[in-house]
Amino acid sequence: MIARVLAALGAVAAVTAPLWVANPYHLHVLIMAGIFTILALSLNLLLGYTGQLSLGHAAFFGIGAYTSALLTMPPLEWSFWVALPAAALAAGLAGWAIGRLALKLRGAYFVLVTISFAGVISLVSVNWMELTNGPLGIPGVPAPSVGPWTLRTKTAYWYLVLAMAVLAYLVCRRLVYSRLGRALVALRENEPLAESVGIDGTHYLVLAAVVSAAMAGVGGSLYAHYTRFVSPEVFLFSYTVTMVIMVIAGGQGTLAGPVVGALLFTALPEALREAMAWQWQLLAYGVVLIVCVFFLPRGIVPTVTGAARPAWTEGGLFKTRRGSGSRE
Amino acid sequence: MLQVSDLRVEFGGVVALAGISFSVQPGTITSVIGPNGAGKTTAFNAITGYLRPSRGRIVWEGESLGGRRPCDIARRGVVRTFQRTSVFPALSVFDNVRTGLHLRGAAGFWPVLARTARVRLEEARLAAAADEVLAFIGLAHRRDARADALPYGEQRLVELAVAIAARPRLLLLDEPAAGMTGGEKDRLVALIRKIRDDDVTVLIVEHDMRLVMGLSETVIVLNHGRVIAEGVPAEIRAHPEVVRAYLGSADAPA
Repeated sequence: MIARVLAALGAVAAVTAPLWVANPYHLHVLIMAGIFTILALSLNLLLGYTGQLSLGHAAFFGIGAYTSALLTMPPLEWSFWVALPAAALAAGLAGWAIGRLALKLRGAYFVLVTISFAGVISLVSVNWMELTNGPLGIPGVPAPSVGPWTLRTKTAYWYLVLAMAVLAYLVCRRLVYSRLGRALVALRENEPLAESVGIDGTHYLVLAAVVSAAMAGVGGSLYAHYTRFVSPEVFLFSYTVTMVIMVIAGGQGTLAGPVVGALLFTALPEALREAMAWQWQLLAYGVVLIVCVFFLPRGIVPTVTGAARPAWTEGGLFKTRRGSGSRE
Repeated sequence: MLQVSDLRVEFGGVVALAGISFSVQPGTITSVIGPNGAGKTTAFNAITGYLRPSRGRIVWEGESLGGRRPCDIARRGVVRTFQRTSVFPALSVFDNVRTGLHLRGAAGFWPVLARTARVRLEEARLAAAADEVLAFIGLAHRRDARADALPYGEQRLVELAVAIAARPRLLLLDEPAAGMTGGEKDRLVALIRKIRDDDVTVLIVEHDMRLVMGLSETVIVLNHGRVIAEGVPAEIRAHPEVVRAYLGSADAPA
């Protein structure tokens, strides 16, 4: 009940945001929070629902950003509305390849492969001068346009990001509350048992990886056309870490968790920047994070809604392939 | 019919199964017994694809199960339970069973995203089927409880419910009565009979002799990775080698 009221209030606040957020800088923070909401939702699909941790998620974000930028720039000059799904497709393809490669063994192995993948992609973006313009990046990425209007203003872009975040949320929601979502959770909870009733582990984990990567690609596209600039900086490990923090602190394996986490941990550094000298900002961020993890180990959303602690969080993130029960 | 021939499993240098052969007649309850370490669970794991035998054939309904993954074997109607309690711990009993119904649904990715009328219909059908399974097992009153919050005996019933939900034609139960009280065991026996009467072939690994002898049509005895006896319960009770395997002496009274 309380959750419903909060969600309704949040929705109203989001739709009316440009009316009451007078400061364009604050609106900028909100737009970034929206993009990070998509990224956190995407990571949560893997980490929260299948229990597999991708530490290379920035790669899918970056692939989306570069794909979208390159397609809309000369010589191709495609429309943003074609480049956006193309970015999702490109990132999804990368997710499929990584999934096929790494999800047979799962767990820590998947973590390592995703990290390496992000490292390799980042190196490619720096060194493939002809395509990416190397470390200088690609400036002048066009803003999306709708008919005669160009979405240059922050207000317009906010509604675009909001619409995409809502879409990402709906995709997650429908997936999670379906036969497919139950298969994902079953694999997280007890893989041998899931297999024993006919759930194909590799198939569903790869599916989750593809959807998750595609969603991160959408986030990348939105980021590129918002900042109007793409550089290898989009592959920074710190983006991945930020996503992981948002998901864990917000509440992994819940739908609202990543949304709350993204809002909070996008706003926090900005608030700290206004409140204190730069030397203290990272320190304060760390303290908030530690307090969060210490007092709300399940994440903010599960603590507030009082959902029971999922048993699998107790064993840590790295469950090995044969969880329980098949030995004499 | 399930036919196992010359099934051999080795772990490193240790021979867990030294080439066993047996068959299970359709529509019957067959038990596999034997001392600890005799290879009973190993045989189950090999039949259901959880470990790869070094030799031998496993044929179910005329089709070889060898080299297939557990999920493919389940798709062919062969479903097992586990020796140590194995449920989806953080899910409700209802969701445990709904997960077991996986193969009874067909909704794919795009229809799920579009939430088509057919998907919604299927969800309603699966929910009803889950409640049916819960009623059959006698767990309806626990529908919304978390599986890992249930007492041990009931968790074992949840396991059975998950397996039944997958609509097996061959059901392999690995020590289903372990840790159950006397009353719970009686309930379990009645349930297994009801399952068999629904045309499910049942293969059980169990230590409780009273339960095994009362329930099974055929008993297979394993010792040190070999079949040492096979027959109806009365034959097994009187079989000298079985008595020796269990009591360690040929002179021991049967």
